[in-house]
Amino acid sequence: MNTSQNQTAFAAPHVLPLKIYLGVGALLLILTGVTVGVSFVPLGGFNVVVALLIASVKALLVALIFMHLLWDHKILLIFFVTAIVILTIFIALTMFDTMERGLVNPETRSPIQQDAIIYQNQQQPANTNGTGGH
Amino acid sequence: MSEIAATNHPTHLQHHFSEMAQQNDSAKLGMWIFLLTEILTFGGLFVAYAVYRAWNPDMFLMAHKALDVQMGALNTVVLILSSVTMALGIRAIQLDNPKQSVRFLVITIGFAVMFLVVKYFEYAHKFHVGQLPGKFYTYTGIEGTNPHIFFSIYFMMTGLHALHILIGIGLLSWVIRKTRQNIFSSQYYAPVENVGLFWHLVDMIWIFLFPLFYLIG
Repeated sequence: MNTSQNQTAFAAPHVLPLKIYLGVGALLLILTGVTVGVSFVPLGGFNVVVALLIASVKALLVALIFMHLLWDHKILLIFFVTAIVILTIFIALTMFDTMERGLVNPETRSPIQQDAIIYQNQQQPANTNGTGGH
Repeated sequence: MSEIAATNHPTHLQHHFSEMAQQNDSAKLGMWIFLLTEILTFGGLFVAYAVYRAWNPDMFLMAHKALDVQMGALNTVVLILSSVTMALGIRAIQLDNPKQSVRFLVITIGFAVMFLVVKYFEYAHKFHVGQLPGKFYTYTGIEGTNPHIFFSIYFMMTGLHALHILIGIGLLSWVIRKTRQNIFSSQYYAPVENVGLFWHLVDMIWIFLFPLFYLIG
């Protein structure tokens, strides 16, 4: 923080050069093009991984440069990282529950939606009807 | 210390802060704490997305084809450009150039309106063909079970995001009016900076919404 170095009542703003903003903007646009392009390449389950990885890089650019986290007091960066960590725990633990329910109790293996088909168009084979009623 | 404060006291320094740097840091800290609650609000919806996509991978793949990738990509570009102009607006006020700052902030509002217009056309089409949440779903062109779940999550997440864009337009208008009144300068621009932080967060959330809804596979 500049409080320790600068004991005057006025604070001088930290101004970034114009080319940094324009460069980061251009980089974000290029990465957008890359995500759209990669999404049409069939990679199976890795499509999501690649898409989220590129999105994370873009979000990091916005947070560090546009939101000035790189130069601000480090407590703000710690706050931001804490929120991301909590969100990751939130998602991961929920997925451990919802994806692994059947391991503990086979009767709860089928998620709720199995019994609540509100809308269906072709495709689904008829044998799912027998599992209802739990 | 007290003589210095009496003779060299900036107009915008509130009496409970000892100096501008401290006041600015406090304002920013408060804004960031608010942004964390925003991240966690959207976080709940991202969890809903993850759970339902994991349960219905094929349905999500089929249903996402109803979304227009070009419209989504256009909106991503629009929001990124708006983030750049927002950052340049803050930079202009840091350099004591309120006229240029107003110009950049007005362009930012222009991009925001453009985003909402594109979103309006997307929503209007879905309302028209019945690709709607829950029991309102009447569309018959998507194969698979329960595609209404996809549209429930789609409308909830993009709807909350669009609401944030609307609030952002309101905040930008307020900051523009105050900048026109010459209230802000390189010594005091915390409200401009904090509205900017809000705007960048809204952009950041869309950066994740775009691939998760429009680019599933």
